[in-house]
Amino acid sequence: MNKTTVTIGLASCGVASGGLPVAEELERLLAGRGDVELKRVGCIGYCYMEPLVGVEREGKSYTYGKVNADIARRIVEEHVDKNAVVKEHLILTDGVSEEEKKDGSENARADRQVRIVLRNSGLIDPKKIDEYIARDGYKALKKAVGMGRDDVIREILDSGLRGRGGAGFPTGMKWRFARDAKGAEPNAKNPNGTDKYMVCNADEGDPGAFMDRSVLESDPHSVIEGMAIGAYAVGASHGVIYCRAEYPMAIRHLEIALAQARERGFLGGKILGDPDFSFDAYIKEGAGAFVCGEETALIASIEGQRGMPRPRPPFPANSGVWKKPTNINNVETYANVPWIVLNGAAAFSKYGHGRSKGTKVFALAGKIKKGGLAEVPMGMSLREVIYDIAGGIENDRKFKAVQLGGPSGGCVPESLLDTPVDYESINATGAIMGSGGMVVMDEDTCVVDVARFFLAFVQKESCGKCPFCRIGTKRMLEILEKITRGEGALEDIGNLLSLAEQIRDGSLCGLGQTAPNPVLTTLKYFRDEYAAHIADKKCPAKVCSALIRYTVDESRCVGCARCAKACPVQAIAGEVKKPHRIDDAVCVRCGLCKKNCPVSCISVG
Amino acid sequence: MAALLAGAVPDLKVRLAPIVEKYRGKQGVAIPLLADIQREVGYVAQEAVEYAGEQLSIPAAELFGVATFYAMFRFQPQGKYVVRLCRGTACHVQGSARILEQLERSLGIKDGETTGDLMFTLQCVACLGCCSLAPVMMVNDAVHGRLTPEKAVEVLETLRKAD
Repeated sequence: MNKTTVTIGLASCGVASGGLPVAEELERLLAGRGDVELKRVGCIGYCYMEPLVGVEREGKSYTYGKVNADIARRIVEEHVDKNAVVKEHLILTDGVSEEEKKDGSENARADRQVRIVLRNSGLIDPKKIDEYIARDGYKALKKAVGMGRDDVIREILDSGLRGRGGAGFPTGMKWRFARDAKGAEPNAKNPNGTDKYMVCNADEGDPGAFMDRSVLESDPHSVIEGMAIGAYAVGASHGVIYCRAEYPMAIRHLEIALAQARERGFLGGKILGDPDFSFDAYIKEGAGAFVCGEETALIASIEGQRGMPRPRPPFPANSGVWKKPTNINNVETYANVPWIVLNGAAAFSKYGHGRSKGTKVFALAGKIKKGGLAEVPMGMSLREVIYDIAGGIENDRKFKAVQLGGPSGGCVPESLLDTPVDYESINATGAIMGSGGMVVMDEDTCVVDVARFFLAFVQKESCGKCPFCRIGTKRMLEILEKITRGEGALEDIGNLLSLAEQIRDGSLCGLGQTAPNPVLTTLKYFRDEYAAHIADKKCPAKVCSALIRYTVDESRCVGCARCAKACPVQAIAGEVKKPHRIDDAVCVRCGLCKKNCPVSCISVG
Repeated sequence: MAALLAGAVPDLKVRLAPIVEKYRGKQGVAIPLLADIQREVGYVAQEAVEYAGEQLSIPAAELFGVATFYAMFRFQPQGKYVVRLCRGTACHVQGSARILEQLERSLGIKDGETTGDLMFTLQCVACLGCCSLAPVMMVNDAVHGRLTPEKAVEVLETLRKAD
């Protein structure tokens, strides 16, 4: 019999969904078997189906979803031992007949995707460099060294790759600026000097975005290889990966990957035998500050200071880390690089739409059926991403808005769902592509509350340098809090708009300039919801505590007292078998009574 | 920001000696230095920062300037279990505000505080990156997903009982 590989996904989502006990069970079942190899892999992006187990044999692969210890046992006994697929738990297939493919419940979702960034995620053990190498890993670095630095930069320019961190600046152009900058220590290949920095921005701070975490956990070598190729092209000898401390597994996997790359000579001195190419990288843990995603703040933080942005110019390309020429790209951008170098610019730019080439990874979350990661070609419509890939709205509620781009982005309404995902089209809606966080909201989400939520976030994360950002966001937040408390006045809308304009124009960095976006887009598309809060003192989504009240329909109450038991503040009184009553003055609007009522006689209005 | 606490740290100089030596003569050390102090003492103690600053010729004000800028530094002793409740967007739309209220009520503390028995510290964090399992909290290193207010309290009660 041919060798069989069994995989278990153990990235953060897999572990949080109970992947470890499944891994232990598989380990126990497969111990001592020479014909089966158990692999601990990362994430393939089907978070809603975790824990995931795969079986691979003779070029055919099968993935099972929502696996527990019992299902794992069946997979081993039936599929591994008897080659009988456990159809009812099968979600994905690869390399199988059309007939067999129909059994994979999630195959349709997979077919809509193009995996460039996620090419190895969930397929290899991220802690083993040999598995990365077996899938063409570090081949692109070898090819790049053979191409010469100008040709590498030309290839990246031609591919149309733009920064995946949010702003969408052409990567090749950034590299060219860094190459042209004068650093110390020139050598034959790099007459402008090699004392330059290649920085990876892994400070994924946008709430709602988790693609960088997943790539670092599942395929860290792709990022390291991308950095090394960039370092070769611009002549950088130092590398820094600035990773947020909230991602312990990503940091652990990066550390292992860096050590292995060093051992194999992909990092260090005279890489791949080239006497003029030396490059090494280390990890710098972030300490928790959203503003450090901004280039100059990130540099200040690497240098151990408060992470506050400074005016540009000088741009980091000329004066960055320790005043040396510095190139900064984000995780997803670097992960694209080896694929482009290996397959050529044309293979990349054939995907895309307008000036946005290649693919984009989206983190799908919120009120959708299928949360997780999806990598789609640029140009797919928001509707296709939300309905075809994310499965539509949870509990079949009504779609209200999709929030794109985190605190710098905005809420896009249903009327614009046919907008293609590319940088320019999304900007035109008032939102931004950002790093690719997509949080879907349904009719039970209050957009005024969401705007208040984002303002509270940026207000807290404002570094305080620019008064418009520091004080202006505070004033905007106060107004929004007033509105959600039911104390809003009609002139508040005008005040919000004028503050928004001033903050945008009077702030130094992207955090401040874009901070009003969530308010501006909700005002633009959901003005009636603001009006309901201000004029009618009503929250249509029934979210804002001060504007709702819970009441018992006494004619239908059976007096079971479950609501009274569930109430955390003893706001409900009544004798057993007699109608109960909620004391509105004590009620904290947690909704537990409504959830626990067996006859649905508690309403919120 | 929480008030700076000037509790006496026993064996301060001995415990800080290896940390101070690690960073002597290096540049840009504030963040890892403070992180090491926090790891050793359990929090960024004023006394420890002053001593390390003096040894390394870095003004304590500069170190505190850095420490108060970043969310990861804490200025009071922490509970045995640090409860990090995610307040990211996905968790927010899935009702994490209600979970926060319920945890605050049940533990009798507010965001950023520690229970009197030093068992639990409650901390709101921006995003844990497990958005598809929202709402989420992390207790020390373990992630708990798809929470409800009741489930969140249950997790902590189980820990308290096991203790």
